[in-house]
Amino acid sequence: MGFLNLFSKPAPAIAGLPSGCFTVDRTGRVVVATIPSSFPATTVQEIGRHVLDTFREAQVAQLPLAELAIHFGSLKITARELRGGAIIFLAPKNPISPTQ
Amino acid sequence: MDTHHKILLLDDDPDLLEMYREILEQLPSQPEIHTAASGARAMALLEAHPFRLLITDLKMPKMDGLQVLSIVRRKYPLLRTVVLTSVADENFRSRVYALGVDLFWQKPATENEIKMFRECVESLMDRNEDSGFRGVQSKSLVDIIQLECISHSSSVLRITNGPLSGKIWIDSGELVDAETDDTRGEDAFLKILAWRAGSFETLPGEATRARTIFKSYNALLLETAQLLDEAASNNDGDGSRPATRGIPAVAQMDGVEFVLTTKGPGKENFEARGLENPERVEAWTRQTLERFRTLGERLQAGPLEQIEALGPQRHVALAQPGETALCVGWRAVLSGDEVRERMKKVVTIWAS
Repeated sequence: MGFLNLFSKPAPAIAGLPSGCFTVDRTGRVVVATIPSSFPATTVQEIGRHVLDTFREAQVAQLPLAELAIHFGSLKITARELRGGAIIFLAPKNPISPTQ
Repeated sequence: MDTHHKILLLDDDPDLLEMYREILEQLPSQPEIHTAASGARAMALLEAHPFRLLITDLKMPKMDGLQVLSIVRRKYPLLRTVVLTSVADENFRSRVYALGVDLFWQKPATENEIKMFRECVESLMDRNEDSGFRGVQSKSLVDIIQLECISHSSSVLRITNGPLSGKIWIDSGELVDAETDDTRGEDAFLKILAWRAGSFETLPGEATRARTIFKSYNALLLETAQLLDEAASNNDGDGSRPATRGIPAVAQMDGVEFVLTTKGPGKENFEARGLENPERVEAWTRQTLERFRTLGERLQAGPLEQIEALGPQRHVALAQPGETALCVGWRAVLSGDEVRERMKKVVTIWAS
C-alpha cells in the first residue's frame, strides 16, 4: 500500500488561542498584560481597540455599557470599562467544560 | 431529475485530490465529485453549485482550511463539512469542531480506515437535517400528536428545542394540558407547535393532570396551523394569542425592553420595537457584530456565537442567526448569565 504514503503531509501549524488579561488606557495603549509573549502584541492591541470602539459607539447610541462578553466557539473575551480604558480577559473554552 | 449529491474536495495537492476522488466515486450513492486546489476556487464553486458536502484539508497556502470553514459555516449553514488532517491533536480537534464541522477525520492510512471513511461520508450525506423531530425523522410535531391521539394513548410528550422545553399531556387520546417555561394551556400548546425541530420523548401518562385544554385535538391543530400561517406571513394577529415567531414573539418574552433586527444598512433593512433611536442602535449592532466576527476569523476562534453587554440602565445582547442580526435590550435587573440564557432562547425562537 505504498500509495497511501501520499496521505502523509506535514502537520499544519496553528496559532494557540491566548489566555490571560490585559488593560488598555483610553488611547488604546496596552498598559499591563499577562498574555503570553508568543501571542502577537499587535493582535492584543487590536482586541483592545475593538473593545474600546464598542464601548464608545454604544455610548453614542445611548446605550452606556460597563461590561462586554463576547463568545466565540473556542474563546470568550470579557471586558470591563475602566475610566475610559478597559480591562480585558481572554479565556479559551475547554471542550469538556466550556467557559460560560 | 439529477438526484446525485455533489461533493466538493479541497486540497492543494492534486495527487491527493485524485486519490480522494477515486475513493469517493465508489460510494453507493454515486455522488458527483468536484475538486478545488485552493480556498478561493472552492468558494467560487460553492457559490455556483448546491453542494451537499465539503471535504477539506487544513494546511493550504493563502486561504487555509480553517479560514474556508469559518466562511462556509456562515454562508452555507446547511452544507455538511468534513476535515481531513494528519494532525492528531485533541486541542486542534476541538477547535475544528467549534467551527461547526460535522466530521474530523485523520487521513486514512490503511484499507480498513479508507472503508470506514467511505461509510462515514455516505452516512453523513444521507442524514436529513432539514427539520423533524429526532426519533421520528421527518415527522412534524403535529404528526406525532395526531399519532398519539388517534391511537387513544395516554402519555406525556416532553419536547426539547435547544434551550426551550415544553410538555404536552394526552389522556386517552385527548389533549389535556400543555406547558412551556412561562405559559400553560392552549397558549403553551401553540408555542410548542411553532418549534420546527427538536427532540422529544414519550413519558407515561398522568391521569391526575388538571385539564386546561378543552378543545378537540383536531380543532386545536387546525387553529394552530392557521395561526402559524399568519405568523409566517408576518401578521401579528389580533393580539388575543401570544406570537410564536419573529419580533412579536421576542418582544413579549419576560425581561425584554426592546428588539431590533437588521439585515444591512438602510431604513428598509431594519425593524425595531421599543426603541427611541433605532438608527443609532442599528448601526452599533451591525458594526459590533462585524468587528468581532472579523476578529474571530482572524484568531480562528470559531464562529461568533453571541455578545452580551451589561449597562447600568439596561443590558443588551447581540447575535446573528443567519442573515439577520438581532439586538435585544434586557432589563438591568437581570444578571449576565440570565441575559445569556434568555438570548439563547431568543435565537432559537428566531430560527424557528
